[in-house]
Amino acid sequence: MIHRECGVLKTSYEADMALYPLPIARWTVAAIAVVMFLVLPLAVHEYYLSIVNLISIAVVGALGLNILVGYTGQISIGHGAFMSVGAYTAANLVVRLDFPFWLALPLGGLMAALVGAVVGSPSLRIKGLYLAIATLAGQLIIEWLINHVTWISGGAQATIQVPRPELFGHTISTQFEMYFFLLFFVVLALVGTMNLVRSRVGRAFIAIRDHDIAAEIIGINIFRYKLLAFAISSFYAGVTGVLYTYYLGIANYEQFQITVSIDYLAMIIIGGLGSILGSVFGAIFVTLLPIAIRLVMEAFGGLFFSQQAVLNFIPNLRLILFGLLIIVFLVVEPEGLNRLWRNIRNYFRVWPFAY
Amino acid sequence: MLEWQFFLLLMSNGVLIGLMYSLIALGFVLVYKATDAINFAQGEFVMTAGFVMAVALTVYGAPLWVGVAIGVAGMVGLGFGLERVMLRPLIGRPIVAVIMATIGLAAVLRGAWPLLFGAETRSLPLPISDEPIILGPLFIPPIQLLGAVVSLLFLAVFGWFFLKSRKGIAMRAVADSQQVAMAMGINVERYFGLAWAMTGVVSALGGLVWGNLLGVDVHLALVGFKVFPVVILGGLDSIPGAIVGGLIVGIVENVAAGYLDPLVGGGTKDFAPYVLMIIALMVRPYGIFGKQIIERI
Repeated sequence: MIHRECGVLKTSYEADMALYPLPIARWTVAAIAVVMFLVLPLAVHEYYLSIVNLISIAVVGALGLNILVGYTGQISIGHGAFMSVGAYTAANLVVRLDFPFWLALPLGGLMAALVGAVVGSPSLRIKGLYLAIATLAGQLIIEWLINHVTWISGGAQATIQVPRPELFGHTISTQFEMYFFLLFFVVLALVGTMNLVRSRVGRAFIAIRDHDIAAEIIGINIFRYKLLAFAISSFYAGVTGVLYTYYLGIANYEQFQITVSIDYLAMIIIGGLGSILGSVFGAIFVTLLPIAIRLVMEAFGGLFFSQQAVLNFIPNLRLILFGLLIIVFLVVEPEGLNRLWRNIRNYFRVWPFAY
Repeated sequence: MLEWQFFLLLMSNGVLIGLMYSLIALGFVLVYKATDAINFAQGEFVMTAGFVMAVALTVYGAPLWVGVAIGVAGMVGLGFGLERVMLRPLIGRPIVAVIMATIGLAAVLRGAWPLLFGAETRSLPLPISDEPIILGPLFIPPIQLLGAVVSLLFLAVFGWFFLKSRKGIAMRAVADSQQVAMAMGINVERYFGLAWAMTGVVSALGGLVWGNLLGVDVHLALVGFKVFPVVILGGLDSIPGAIVGGLIVGIVENVAAGYLDPLVGGGTKDFAPYVLMIIALMVRPYGIFGKQIIERI
């Protein structure tokens, strides 16, 4: 019912190219905006708001990775490291040079973009597995450098404390304020990605994904666009890292290890490769999964096992479910949650008729 | 100790450890050569074999040959099963899909064995002494010697298998072009299964020697991270490449650790092979013995 094109007559190119071509879609987006900006923050307890905040951070990172993997068809197992580059750049700028947050954030993103483009530069000669391993090497080397070079990591335990971000002299400290702060970046990332993938650049990315040699033949400069894809994607990752650092209050390399890279890859695969809505679904799903497992195990695990055994189970159970979900989605529904959502939508499009 | 003796010690250690890396890399190469699939769970395969054998030997007190037989049989079963359930549906899909599926598999295996068998580190006892063999300036731990011998043995066997045997030639045909192989009457899917089973056997023996060397727990899977520099340096689809790559990685990481660790405060062992690998990717992306892929539309 949501996506009925029936009766919608477009009379100009602008109408056809609009981000939301159907009036009902615009209303839906408006309704979601009202819920996100008014209902949710006012009605929901602080604990749940903190979970929503984690999801917001993940959405930004997942969108960035999806630009690279889903739209350009490259692969990166190094996004956790790109996040740490952004995080440590911003933290160092803020702590040592007294940069304001609003300057440190884009600079952190730009630094990550630069490092991402360097790590991604082998993609010009190699692809597929070789690229995956090259980015994996990037992840391990950056992790090692941050951990061992105290000039970057600020000495003991490789952590740097950052002050709370400020907006017009007001310090953002509670989860409630943090919610709006992060929501701003989520909206920015969403609109930015939506417009990117329907622009000339986005179409070039998609052409490279579908067949890079063919794309080169029709005049797309592969060198430039592959590097650009890595840079944009890493920029998102860097911003994610900065946001996460500010959310936690410290930059800590343990938050950006290889498992994070894999978490983000899982998000876009479970959500749907090459889909913006899919990135959001995936970010929600993967962030909620460990919380859901913990709640379920705490509620029902005690019926079968001792309390201590349940606590031991949770991390292992999370790994198992997480891996199984990746495999099941890849084998059964390669287009992810987004595909399931589209199936539902298409069913109701002509409802109550069959077609 | 004299300077050259120290260097020689590092070298000999590197050669032995390198050959043990080759053993694990061999499992990776076998699968890639035959099925074009990439196994990011190679380290977890080794860990699985280690867990099965350690539990059979220490908990159930099985004799060594029974334990090894159970390990090998279990890994062959795992290889066949995975190929059938997980990898066959992914044939023809983008390479990201296979990579992610094996990463997912790695997560499952890393979660499953500690859950079933307990997270503590187990020993995997072998009836060989812990006393190093002393040859002039060299100290050679017997387990590393055993690992190197097993590794060379396997490399020889698989080298012969691919060059001479009927099944090996069929597998090379499958690797070359699946369609043409099918047209020549080769049952491609059966050979995919066979390749994964062979990887299972290699991983089982890898689990035996590495499990004895490091102890069996989740961290045994980290050995898998060393596979990538080895196969990139040697070439992904080359069995001699696995030996050469393993030797290079083993020697480089030992020599680097010996000379650089005191300067930077440790951790060079995990770092140096990857730096070397990045350089190799820039200069010669298809490895020393790898086959260069020429793409056409």
